[in-house]
Amino acid sequence: MNEAWVIILRRDLLLALRRRSDVATTLFFFLIVSSLFPLGIGPEPAVLSSIAPGVLWVAALLAGMLSLTRLFATDFSDGSLEQMLLAPQPLALLVTAKILAHWIVCGLPVVLLAPIIGLQYALPNDALLVLVLALLLGTPALSLIGAIGAALTLGVRGSGLLIALLVLPLYIPVLIFGAGAVAASQHGMSAQAHLSLLAACSLLSLVLAPMATAAALRISVE
Amino acid sequence: MQWASWAAFFNMGGYAFYVWFSFGLTALCLIWEVLALRKRSAQALRLSRLLAQG
Amino acid sequence: MNINWFKYSSPQTFYPLAGRMIPWFAWLATAFAIAGLYIGFAIAPTDFQQGEAYRIIFVHVPAAWMSMVIYIVMAGWAALGLALNARLSAMMAQALAPTGAIFTFIALVTGSLWGKPMWGTWWVWDARLTSELILLFLYLGFIALQSSIDDVRRADRAGALLALVGVVNVPIIYFSVKWWNTLHQGSTISMGAAPKMVATMLIGMLLMALAFWMYTIAVALMRVRCIMLERERSSEWVKQLSGVNS
Repeated sequence: MNEAWVIILRRDLLLALRRRSDVATTLFFFLIVSSLFPLGIGPEPAVLSSIAPGVLWVAALLAGMLSLTRLFATDFSDGSLEQMLLAPQPLALLVTAKILAHWIVCGLPVVLLAPIIGLQYALPNDALLVLVLALLLGTPALSLIGAIGAALTLGVRGSGLLIALLVLPLYIPVLIFGAGAVAASQHGMSAQAHLSLLAACSLLSLVLAPMATAAALRISVE
Repeated sequence: MQWASWAAFFNMGGYAFYVWFSFGLTALCLIWEVLALRKRSAQALRLSRLLAQG
Repeated sequence: MNINWFKYSSPQTFYPLAGRMIPWFAWLATAFAIAGLYIGFAIAPTDFQQGEAYRIIFVHVPAAWMSMVIYIVMAGWAALGLALNARLSAMMAQALAPTGAIFTFIALVTGSLWGKPMWGTWWVWDARLTSELILLFLYLGFIALQSSIDDVRRADRAGALLALVGVVNVPIIYFSVKWWNTLHQGSTISMGAAPKMVATMLIGMLLMALAFWMYTIAVALMRVRCIMLERERSSEWVKQLSGVNS
């Protein structure tokens, strides 16, 4: 059973590696959106550092969401998704392989780029550390919840925007705890509670989202 | 009854706009919903008739 | 009396039954509304702090309650539809959504209209109003998903799953919004700072809530009838209804 899981993971990573555009577009989007806010609001470091937690998290949310439509669509069009549905392994388990690949390709790069963007927003060093930690703990939840949206809207016209409408309200707790963590460390307080809640969100998503995604896939394909 | 006069009632202690707009908007929304459903039902029946005849 | 409930699970038999039920609920709604409005305007006393503006709660709070109750009931019908693979349950969920969205909208606007004279701003990012806003997004997402999927059965089941995912998330979202709100104290003033509840105020709100509830049932039944007409438009019983002589 593990074999199938590893195969799917490796396949997705390989495909993403060949079409390097996925990683690149996510990163560039994150970079561009983060650059828009200072242009719109003004370059004053004090203002920027106060809006930084929210802005960076929203940019991360949106960047991760861009690639969700492709999560199942390519497999659907070449028939490999149906193979997964017919496979003896539980679909929920196979789905986690795809979601992990998505996170590695689209979530992890954001985590790694974030400190650099954080510097542009005049964030102090310990806030930067908390930012990275928070994103590390929170982005898995974003990929997991996003997968449900991707599965529900598979093959639907205008699914890109529709995914956003469905999934962004569900992202709100992660946004609140994530941005709160960074803001707390900026004010010299402990971010531990926020980080724990973030971890809880990811764990809960890990338990529930694959099942919901599998159910959604069956609904969309059959 | 506690209103000195009809004028006082409509005035709502100076908050006439806020109070009456709220109640008015609520009534408007609910009535609109019912009317829209009536129209939808008539259209559905009409379409069915057209399909049967055509 | 042994009622064969499953008889009513087919649209053809449920349609006339629903039609007979609607007037009852419409009359109940009207009666409760008249009673509620009478108490709200004629009996309930003027509030010491908020003057007459507080009377907005007689629509704001019942609308907010309904917006939440309808979402839960909608999710319940959705779950039933998925579990039993029943078309009618899915149609009931679809029928409730727009009404829920409208009440959420009413709650938001009346909340804003209450906030302006009391606290000087048209919008306050307090926990309750913000949660209502997010609930509106959840309703809109449900409606959008159902209307963008062409295949009716897939639309039903996809919407049902989304409603269930939403219902699980609502407590989490509400908790996180409350958390967010308490962290950023300072400028926020809670809409929950309602006037001190005199018994008559509470009774007025409950009566209006009942009125909205009866209204919702009546309107949901109207809408589900429309949905049935639209889905079954080529079937015999609908053609008969539309007056075609076959």
